[in-house]
Amino acid sequence: MSDFTHFWAIYSNLVLSLGTNALLALSIYVTLSCGMLAMANAAFMGIGAYTSALLTINYETPFALSLVGGCTVPAIVAFLIGRPTLRLSGVYLAMATLAFGEVVRVLILNTESLTGGALGLNGIPQMTEWWHVAGALTVAVLVLQRVQRSKIGRAFEAIKEDEVAAALMGINIEGYKLLAFVIGAVLAGVAGVLNAHLTFFIGPNEFGFDRGVEILTMAIFGGIGSIMGPVVGSTILTLLPEVLRGLDNFRLLFNGLILVSVVLLLPKGIWDPARIRVLLAGNKRTTTA
Amino acid sequence: MMLEQQIINALSLGCVYALFALGFTLVFGILGVINLSHGAVFMLGAYTALQAVAILHLPLWTAILVAMLASGVAGFLIDLVVLRPLRRRDAPHLIPMIATIGVAIAINSGVQGIFGAENLRFPLGTLPNVSFQFAGVYVTILELTIIFLSFALMAALMATIRGTQLGRALRAVAESPKAARLLGINVEGLFLLTSFAAASLGGAAGVLISLYSNAVFPLMGQPMLHKGIAVIILGGMGDIRGALLGGLFLGFTEVLSVAFIGSSMRDAVAFGLLFLVLLVRPQGLFGKVLERKA
Repeated sequence: MSDFTHFWAIYSNLVLSLGTNALLALSIYVTLSCGMLAMANAAFMGIGAYTSALLTINYETPFALSLVGGCTVPAIVAFLIGRPTLRLSGVYLAMATLAFGEVVRVLILNTESLTGGALGLNGIPQMTEWWHVAGALTVAVLVLQRVQRSKIGRAFEAIKEDEVAAALMGINIEGYKLLAFVIGAVLAGVAGVLNAHLTFFIGPNEFGFDRGVEILTMAIFGGIGSIMGPVVGSTILTLLPEVLRGLDNFRLLFNGLILVSVVLLLPKGIWDPARIRVLLAGNKRTTTA
Repeated sequence: MMLEQQIINALSLGCVYALFALGFTLVFGILGVINLSHGAVFMLGAYTALQAVAILHLPLWTAILVAMLASGVAGFLIDLVVLRPLRRRDAPHLIPMIATIGVAIAINSGVQGIFGAENLRFPLGTLPNVSFQFAGVYVTILELTIIFLSFALMAALMATIRGTQLGRALRAVAESPKAARLLGINVEGLFLLTSFAAASLGGAAGVLISLYSNAVFPLMGQPMLHKGIAVIILGGMGDIRGALLGGLFLGFTEVLSVAFIGSSMRDAVAFGLLFLVLLVRPQGLFGKVLERKA
């Protein structure tokens, strides 16, 4: 048991960040599964993190309430900016959401009296337990799995495949897109809350462009064909820098090279159910999918 | 705080933004790829020029040429090794973008591993510290260099695209690679050439900004990349003239918002504006409407 305690003392943050990163990857997966490349997840994570941290620090609210606050505010913001933003598609949507993220980051940076500005918020009580993270991730995966098989999930898929055809079938495109956007924001918010109460400190630059790109990378790297893909992708990309620690200064170099190789060699990401089925069946035929 | 002086600042900053965004928009317009390694290539240009000046003692002009060449070769290789296989496979547009993120991470950390994370500077006297005075406005030789060189490169690019056979072929490829190939245009060759040219423009911008801010560091490309994205949206994606106007526009917005609102809100103004532009005019301030319906 002491071995485990020792391990936990060193690696608990890493293990828990596996969970929060998986939530983030899932948050972008939701919008991607509805055919939208929205990259505001880092911003929603930041909004959730700041909301909950401010609640906990200034009002000493119980963790549950901070968690609720940290989900609600991103959801409201997503709802408000969703209508005008989601009219855009493809690259334009990605850019608009990235720009929104930068606006959020700079606003946090400049409201020093509230958010501490560039210095960030220090001394957030460490309230996140391992089972909070595990529970949130499990609930997220289960709910998303249910949603995928429901009418909502089918609508998402129809919109992703062909928006015009989906509209002709009577699917409320705007409504479902907004729903996917809000669900994504809530998931990112949860990740933000858990992360903030884990790391003791949050600063505006944690939620900038690079984090947004990182979240997208985790999802695509894992594969966006199924719910497991983003989870696998985020797990590998979170562990990779630790595994490569021996390479010292050059570890990110290999991180980048591995990312490029996976994109080049495994078009559907690491977790590709069709390929895995083929491998498990011991079938030598190549997939045609 | 004189308005004229601010305008000179804005012009030189805007020129660098435009130059950077030009390569970015060129790749998007012709290859259809959002190349997130453009910032890394930009940084490579700055490091190459710094090495050329500090170690080989080359004059600045030569160093800029060497830097453009080095960045261009980097862009060419990225295209050859990463983007071309993805084109062959006809990967959806997100995939090349992710691949270029990997490339950027690799280049940034490779440079950091070799040269360290610290801020390097060009040796004193790389550019003579002389300024001229026109009608009460001081212009340093650095600002003149930036403005002159940027406009020269942009003019050369535009002249090539507008007036030559090569430019006509490029425009054909931008319109439709498939049709261009049927017309006997060497599409693959043009893609590689575009990547080379775009990266060398990025490299030139890297040298200029590192002279302007007197700082060379491994992650210098990241903030520039964000601005490049802002510029090509403001100007309309894939639009070369738009990149020029968008760059100048961003330069002016930033400098003037620092002058009149305060330095802390500089990026908020720029990106807030960007967000608004996207909501109101997704095709960019200067772009044409490019609707594609299924």
